[in-house]
Amino acid sequence: MTGTSTIAHLAHRADSSPPNADRRGADLAVRLEHVSKTFGTRKVLDDLTFAVPRSRAFCLLGRSGTGKSVTLRHIIGLVQPDEGHVFVEGHDIAAIKSRELSEVRKTIGFLFQGAALFDSMTVGDNVAFPLRRHTRLPEQEILRLVKGKLTDVGLEREFDTMPADLSGGMRKRAGLARAMALDPSILLVDEPSAGLDPITTREIDQLLIERKRGGTTLVVVTHNIPSARLLGDDFALLHEGRIVARGTAQELDANSDPLVQAFMRSEGSG
Amino acid sequence: MATEEVFVDRLGRAVLSFFENAGALTVFASRAMVEAVRPPYEFREILRHLHQFGLRSTPLIVTSGFAIGVVLSMHTRASLERFGAEAMIPAGLAIALIRETGPLTAGLLVSGRVGAGIGAELGAMRVTEQIDALEATAVNAFKYLVVTRVLASMIAMPLLTTMMNFSGMVGGYVSEAVLSDMSWQLYFERSFTYIGFSDLIPATLKTVVFGFLIAIVGGYLGFKTSGGTEGVGNASTRSVVLSSILIILSNVILVRIIFFFYPQAPA
Repeated sequence: MTGTSTIAHLAHRADSSPPNADRRGADLAVRLEHVSKTFGTRKVLDDLTFAVPRSRAFCLLGRSGTGKSVTLRHIIGLVQPDEGHVFVEGHDIAAIKSRELSEVRKTIGFLFQGAALFDSMTVGDNVAFPLRRHTRLPEQEILRLVKGKLTDVGLEREFDTMPADLSGGMRKRAGLARAMALDPSILLVDEPSAGLDPITTREIDQLLIERKRGGTTLVVVTHNIPSARLLGDDFALLHEGRIVARGTAQELDANSDPLVQAFMRSEGSG
Repeated sequence: MATEEVFVDRLGRAVLSFFENAGALTVFASRAMVEAVRPPYEFREILRHLHQFGLRSTPLIVTSGFAIGVVLSMHTRASLERFGAEAMIPAGLAIALIRETGPLTAGLLVSGRVGAGIGAELGAMRVTEQIDALEATAVNAFKYLVVTRVLASMIAMPLLTTMMNFSGMVGGYVSEAVLSDMSWQLYFERSFTYIGFSDLIPATLKTVVFGFLIAIVGGYLGFKTSGGTEGVGNASTRSVVLSSILIILSNVILVRIIFFFYPQAPA
């Protein structure tokens, strides 16, 4: 059994569908239906609807504060919608019990914008954390897998380093290694290239492309249009909590809306 | 708006906020109690916190206990000398320490050291999204972060209180040894003459409640932290203030309960 399939086997993935699993759109990894969310008096998401087929990369574009990160948080169940439904692999995230939600979360990797590494652990322990929690792999095998993940992100020498001693870019890469630790079928990535140099950005993009080729579904929030073009199969432009344009890169390029044009022509590096 | 209206408005908001927070803290504490008995039990984390809260608090507790013992001994001597009852100094000091001074002082010291630490650590984890990252990794963050700290704090408190009592008695002996030639053996023999299990056990066990309050308050304020580093600082400070107040208030109730069950040994 390979390392990956071992993890997949031992992590008790959410293959067994709970009674409320939605079988509509069975080829869809993520589906949001009419999701609205208000914080205080501010409506952050307004009737948001989109779907991400399995093994595709979906890029959510938009200016800061338009609800992109909140959308990712809805997908992993950190935020519940005021209205609408969020389905992940057919499971209604807001309706399932906490134990089922936990099982669904094991199938999702989340790279936070600020990496959110656990301060009290070394980089190696951060990456090993999901493996130690959710698999029964021997410690030696866990260490082997962790070293592999860290090598993938170019941090093989930082196993024993504390997160506080890493640069912003290194923290991001360590966060990505942790997000990939259980070889999730869905990877949510919040601003993968924010604060990174162009070379590291390209390396991370390449890594994400490889994950996609391996069958992982990507939902990427980014400002970086060149990076998004490289990664994305489908795009949506979020503005004031609503999707104002969606389609492939070519379709968005052809869109005459000034906002879409401004975005698609930008060379922002995140 | 008239000044009176502004005052009433502010007072109303403060009262509402008080009840809102009191309710939320009660729900938080109830959840911790329920989660504590549900598996998984996170023994490794409990041990880690026990080391942090218990072992690392030892120098503070032992030093403070020793100093309190010395000071109490001096005061007791000054009082008892008037009645020619110097021989009662060890017993008087032991009773004062074991029944009240030791548990309460240990509680307040631990609330300063551990309560502030819990508030700051969880607050920092909240603002840097580490708590969300735990949840996203399919880990029950409440159980992993709060319940483990609550249990560790509840276990550590009686142990630290016992240490404080003992170091206080040692401090009392050192003070006595300087002023009189009382032997170590005689001092401790006299110390325990009037002390029974009914003095020691309830007074020491009430610190389990102090440990619970310290960790719950720190956990609650840390978990609901917002507003960046300023919020973390506030969570830390408020943890110490609120847990100290709750320790002092709960002590009144706990002493009444001890009175009820052990009327012969008023604590």
